[in-house]
Amino acid sequence: MAGHSNYVPQSAAAKWLESRLPVISLVRGSFVDFPTPKNLNYWWAFGGILFFMLIAQIITGIVLAMHYTPSAGAAFDSVEHIMRDVNFGWMLRYLHTNGASMFFIAVYIHIFRGLYYGSYKAPREISWILGVIIFLIMMGTAFMGYVLPWGQMSFWGATVITNLFSAIPLVGEEIRTWLWGGFAVDNPTLNRFFSLHYLLPFMIFGVVILHVWAFHTTGNNNPTGVQPKTKQDTVPFHPYYTIKDLFAIVMFMILFAWFAFYVPNYMGHPDNYIEANPLVTPAHIVPEWYFLPFYAILRAVPDKLGGVLAMFGAIAILFVLPWLDTSKVRSGTFRPLFKQFFWIFALNALILGYLGAMPAEGVYVILSRICTIYYFAHFLVVLPMLGFMEKPRPVPASISEAVLKGGSGKPAGAAAAPETK
Amino acid sequence: MAHTDQAEPTRRDFLYIATGAMGVVGAGALAWPFIDQMNPDASALALASIEVDVTAVEEGQSITVKWRGKPVFIRNRTETEVVEATSVPVADLPDQLARNANLPDTAEATDVNRGVAGKENWLVQVGICTHLGCVPLGDAGDFGGWFCPCHGSHYDTAGRIRKGPAPENLLIPPLEFVGDSTIKIG
Repeated sequence: MAGHSNYVPQSAAAKWLESRLPVISLVRGSFVDFPTPKNLNYWWAFGGILFFMLIAQIITGIVLAMHYTPSAGAAFDSVEHIMRDVNFGWMLRYLHTNGASMFFIAVYIHIFRGLYYGSYKAPREISWILGVIIFLIMMGTAFMGYVLPWGQMSFWGATVITNLFSAIPLVGEEIRTWLWGGFAVDNPTLNRFFSLHYLLPFMIFGVVILHVWAFHTTGNNNPTGVQPKTKQDTVPFHPYYTIKDLFAIVMFMILFAWFAFYVPNYMGHPDNYIEANPLVTPAHIVPEWYFLPFYAILRAVPDKLGGVLAMFGAIAILFVLPWLDTSKVRSGTFRPLFKQFFWIFALNALILGYLGAMPAEGVYVILSRICTIYYFAHFLVVLPMLGFMEKPRPVPASISEAVLKGGSGKPAGAAAAPETK
Repeated sequence: MAHTDQAEPTRRDFLYIATGAMGVVGAGALAWPFIDQMNPDASALALASIEVDVTAVEEGQSITVKWRGKPVFIRNRTETEVVEATSVPVADLPDQLARNANLPDTAEATDVNRGVAGKENWLVQVGICTHLGCVPLGDAGDFGGWFCPCHGSHYDTAGRIRKGPAPENLLIPPLEFVGDSTIKIG
């Protein structure tokens, strides 16, 4: 962090500030001079994209809150008021709702990048765990945000998810009543969800700072998984990665804008344009797409508590992932078997997402069970065993060697550190 | 600076621990109002009871009324439905308890224990699936009773869970007939 900068204040004002609060050298050490592996590919750009999405969601959210009314009687109408009457209200709301989806697209790619390149392994366990915490808070924030328009899907989604807590033995019912503030999802529930939906993004921001701090302490992972050994292995963050990340953000914004301006309701659900009705459940309740794999796991278990435990367990298992993967080799690039299982796991996750959107009957239930078992088997059986059974390919001696050899990592009898020649 | 020998506890040690303990108790006491404010407030707790005139509900018809923010199904069951529900042995049911607030908690889930006392054809139950709280659809499912579209729970003509993830039978609220055709719920 600050230690990575050789910044010496020049002007009198900078000297005055730096001797009282060394904020200039902190920023320069973290985001200007910070030594970053020179071989990061575009999968690494999703961290920057996620930071951009967080800020975009906070800004659009703050202005939407200026027009929204958090009351069971007025919420639905106030959202329509935003869509029809407020200047650019339609755009701000579509950016915010689609922004949530884009946020999750980016976070899932970011997570899978970490899974493939072993970014969770020592010494980056804390970065990984903080990332899982961010993911959990994101899910809570997105869920509560989806309740705010007070449509049918908002209401029944809130009912189903809060009812998950009633599965807890002994105190489940009390916890559910406490969450609701009544005997059903109602006005008190909406009000507290609005309050928390406003708070949680700022908590995410705080954990993001810790997340960055942690991997700036250990240094970034990179596609070879080899730690930088010399100065030749790294480049300063600015301008190399500021520009690369910015370019990726602009590309991502094109996709984002396409959704927001051309198919703004594609990822939503038409039932949510019907005002909440506590007496009628829509025939087919589905959560937002980004929850579908976990929803499929919930429904795969034919027992209430068991389903809830499996669903939360699917996320909780990520916390211990650094200790489940026994392989000494960090990057999947050099692990021929792991690579195949990684793609099977990714496909399995996509199928779970598809199954979560299908009705819970017949063949879908059976497939959900198979995929759920595989999901857990990947972490509890495949990853621990691979470390012992797999013969990894030789890992390059340094990042520079891998770059000069076209990243193939073949031994090729090269000098151990060609960059020093 | 290593401090290996265990010194006798002093008056100061006691004061530290006592002060710390008081601090924890105080913090807990202060936290409670911030937790408890989320529990149902006085207006939600004011237990409303409602009276429903069921004269117009013919045999084979159902109505849904709202009680404490929840839907309550009132059904005037046909004879076939009652016979069907009676013929099922309790031992075959996933949940063998009546879940009837008017009976002891241990009452068995026989049809008599599910219907309104003395008027077995009337079935009054909270219309909330005991799985995750959706409102089941009437006249649906494999057992001719109710079917929850959310996660596929099937209830029979006595509102008892027969198939699917729901753990309990539909709950029967406290109720009584006031006169011949008025039901008081709550």
